[in-house]
Amino acid sequence: MQNRTDKIKEIAKRLLDEEKVDLVLGHRKGTIPLKNTPGFAYNKDEVEELLWDGNCRSNLATFLPRLKDKRIAVVAQGCVSRNIVGLIIEKQIPRENLYIIGVPCIGMLDPNILREKVSGEILETKEDETKIILKGSGFEISVEREDVLRNNCKLCLHRNPTLFDELVVDEVREQNVSGRYDDITALENKTSEERTTYFDELLSSCIRCYACRDACPLCYCPVCFVDESNPQWCGKSTDPRDVLNYHILRAFHCAGRCTECGACEDACPMDIKVRMLTRKIEKDIQENYDGYEAGMSLDAEPPLATFKPNDPQSFIK
Amino acid sequence: MKNLLEYVGLEPGRIHFSWISSAEGEKFARVAKEVYESVNSLGPVKRLVKERVEVA
Repeated sequence: MQNRTDKIKEIAKRLLDEEKVDLVLGHRKGTIPLKNTPGFAYNKDEVEELLWDGNCRSNLATFLPRLKDKRIAVVAQGCVSRNIVGLIIEKQIPRENLYIIGVPCIGMLDPNILREKVSGEILETKEDETKIILKGSGFEISVEREDVLRNNCKLCLHRNPTLFDELVVDEVREQNVSGRYDDITALENKTSEERTTYFDELLSSCIRCYACRDACPLCYCPVCFVDESNPQWCGKSTDPRDVLNYHILRAFHCAGRCTECGACEDACPMDIKVRMLTRKIEKDIQENYDGYEAGMSLDAEPPLATFKPNDPQSFIK
Repeated sequence: MKNLLEYVGLEPGRIHFSWISSAEGEKFARVAKEVYESVNSLGPVKRLVKERVEVA
């Protein structure tokens, strides 16, 4: 991990020195353990704060549409680079203003799994490629990285960036993932009533804070449908129906664009597994559009943004 | 969208999509009848419907 951090800093300093970019967007230490925060480095001092470890769970592509008048170097692993590709295709950010520092990623940690491993509060983590050392008052234990990865990183198929100007380390081996949609299929096979109950329970703790939307790089609309009041597309209360309505619509807006970066689940203060909705759509898109995956190439045609005579239409009478 | 709505628990047969040209009167009648029969057999909608707030 240290080699990635060092290389990111080195590249960042060089780019700022040569005045190739106005700022470098990376991660830096957050105010609480196990959670890094986005780091906006405009000068060398701020570059020193940048780091890379298993707690860089927020998606930096989220900030790019808001900074499109600046020349930015952005640190991107597989999923983030795919989101950047998506944003370029959707004409939200100009490619020429971006310098992508690609990071071959070995997965981010799930703080909830980490907390289950120890009895006290984790104050510090130290990691290498395979092991994580958790430190707190009175304990120091070591766990395998594989065991504490968050779910979307366990299921990740594209750890290496798909678009980059420079890589910080050599590309890593992609994972062999089997049963990527096992839980989705299991839910699909349940009865309609069981699914209603499942989603009622899943979303029952939602407080409508919209953190999942704000963390998502796909959500760049100037006015979101949930904030619009004339017309009001979506009820604003925490009534279960309004909540479900919001989550269905949010997920559907990500159809064919989601890269499974997991920023939504990481941002959720109530730990709701909102990916149960986005992954269902991802699965449908793959099944109906020849295994399409978002953000793999700048020349790709997003299936829901283009018309083809042979588009699946069995649902139309 | 249909897939997703049924996934979250809307009854199959509740939602229908069709494309009917203004020249296809016969098709319109047929589809409307099908939709009516399908939805009627399911009865009143219970899921995804917000209950009215009781006010004293």
